[in-house]
Amino acid sequence: MSQIDPETARKVAKLARIAVPDADLPRLAQELSGILTFMEELNAVDVTGVEPMVSVSPMRLKRRADGVTDGGMQDKVLANAPDAREGFFTVPKVVE
Amino acid sequence: MLDLAFTPPAPKVIAGAREDWELVIGMEVHAQVASAAKLFSGAATRFGAEPNSNVSFVDAAMPGMLPVLNEYCIEQAVRTGLGLRATINLTSAFDRKNYFYPDLPQGYQISQLYHPLVGEGEVRVDLAPGVARMVRIERIHVEQDAGKSIHDMDPALSFVDLNRTGVALMEIVSRPDIRGPEEAAAYVTKLRQILRYLGTCDGNMQNGNLRADVNVSICRPGAYERFRETGDHGHLGTRCEIKNMNSMRFIQAAIEYEARRQIAIVEDGGKVVQETRLYDPTKGETRSMRSKEEAHDYRYFPCPDLLPLEIEQAWVDDIAATLPELPDAKKARFVEGYGVTEYDADVLTAEREAADFFEAVAAGRDGKAAANWVINELFGRLNKEALAITDSPVSAGQLGGLIDLIASGEISGKIAKDVFEILWSEGGDPARIVEDRGMRQVTDTGALEAAVDAVIAANPAQVEKARANPKLAGWFVGQVMKATGGKANPQAVNDIVAARLGL
Repeated sequence: MSQIDPETARKVAKLARIAVPDADLPRLAQELSGILTFMEELNAVDVTGVEPMVSVSPMRLKRRADGVTDGGMQDKVLANAPDAREGFFTVPKVVE
Repeated sequence: MLDLAFTPPAPKVIAGAREDWELVIGMEVHAQVASAAKLFSGAATRFGAEPNSNVSFVDAAMPGMLPVLNEYCIEQAVRTGLGLRATINLTSAFDRKNYFYPDLPQGYQISQLYHPLVGEGEVRVDLAPGVARMVRIERIHVEQDAGKSIHDMDPALSFVDLNRTGVALMEIVSRPDIRGPEEAAAYVTKLRQILRYLGTCDGNMQNGNLRADVNVSICRPGAYERFRETGDHGHLGTRCEIKNMNSMRFIQAAIEYEARRQIAIVEDGGKVVQETRLYDPTKGETRSMRSKEEAHDYRYFPCPDLLPLEIEQAWVDDIAATLPELPDAKKARFVEGYGVTEYDADVLTAEREAADFFEAVAAGRDGKAAANWVINELFGRLNKEALAITDSPVSAGQLGGLIDLIASGEISGKIAKDVFEILWSEGGDPARIVEDRGMRQVTDTGALEAAVDAVIAANPAQVEKARANPKLAGWFVGQVMKATGGKANPQAVNDIVAARLGL
């Protein structure tokens, strides 16, 4: 049985950039554990030799030809940016 | 395919304070696919465009936008795999590698972790004539590039350009078969050469179109052989990954530094920590990227926007049928067919265009003479003037014509260099130039004898000296050459001088 402890819940939240107050972590951990436990019921099914199904209809992955058909709209791309200067998105400094 | 025989080199050994150490290196090379549009969108890949102008809403990760695969990028990756003698997987799949960074608007990179397009292959890395390392390729997967962040335009802000976001990359992953800094640089050089032959990546390292992550560890002599026998990584040291290098010189310097750093740690009784490091070229050091350590939990999962990629064997066969002759085969053929040395064959085959030029010059002529002229005169001059072979002012036809004039004895090698100068700066037909400017070699024995006699008559003292010391006969040859403006056949003059002086 997969058990998610509050510390793991904190890590998952951080990786997903979701702010979770410390007080909420135990409850979140419990909920996540419940979901995993529920999903683990699927492990009871024997799938030996069964090809994983990736789509309900037999479809081939769509492809495009190598042609330039898009772009050239800096203004639209930047339109929703909270801050943009000189054609760039600008964000608080990311120091490497 | 014809390949030249080789033996592997000895691994590089670095002497620590206490004992000797060897290096074990594996590389991940990111090669930008040469395509007009991006991997999953119709935006252009052109370098140097206005910021954020090569960006579609797919690249900008606007809600609801879906990726559609550029088939040509897959064709290019398959071609690359075939060029590296690798297996092509007819079924592969795309996965999401999740992390947050301002130049990755999706919040994930679409990559191929579980089912890469290309499987195991190999690259022969030539190090010296007859010495080469066979480096095994583990896999090649296709993935999206990220955008570019510029940190020095404002003290408080980073500037983000998404033009690169979503451009197709091939990540070429080697086995840990590289055994020294020079081998690592030679490996990247060879990969770049093959990619350029195939036309699947332009290999421009300065623009970042080819860059390498280098995994370095150290081991005691003998440990690597035990690893190869057993496949057990426990025989090897803990590795560190040096990220994102785009210069052969930096790759070598970074590996050298990193190996010595690890040796110092281990000899001091410490332990190497597995981590990602950055090379700082100004300091010549590698340093830890601790800031990113915690983020290295990519939570890969299959990309729900893309079905598995199924390709057909017939399509792969069609691509295989269009592969050009690759560097190893071309080099072997040059050695066998033209009688040039392995070293010269290396120089001639470094670029496909240069090899084609050489073959045009050598067709129906002496291969060695053609190689000499192409390498020493033409390449030398092109290098000096920073010109590519495709910009050469002297054509293969002109150079071939020049070689014909030497072969037929019409001009001497010395005069030929003057003709080459004229071809370079003025152009024209070499035979015509020789004719019009009276550069033809004098082989008429009567005229040469008269010239020799004149020099002998004018220099009785030198004649005495030369009779006592035959080595001085060369002085007379020189005088005659001078008197004839370099047009005398030196061998004929030599013979006449020797006869006249009774040597």
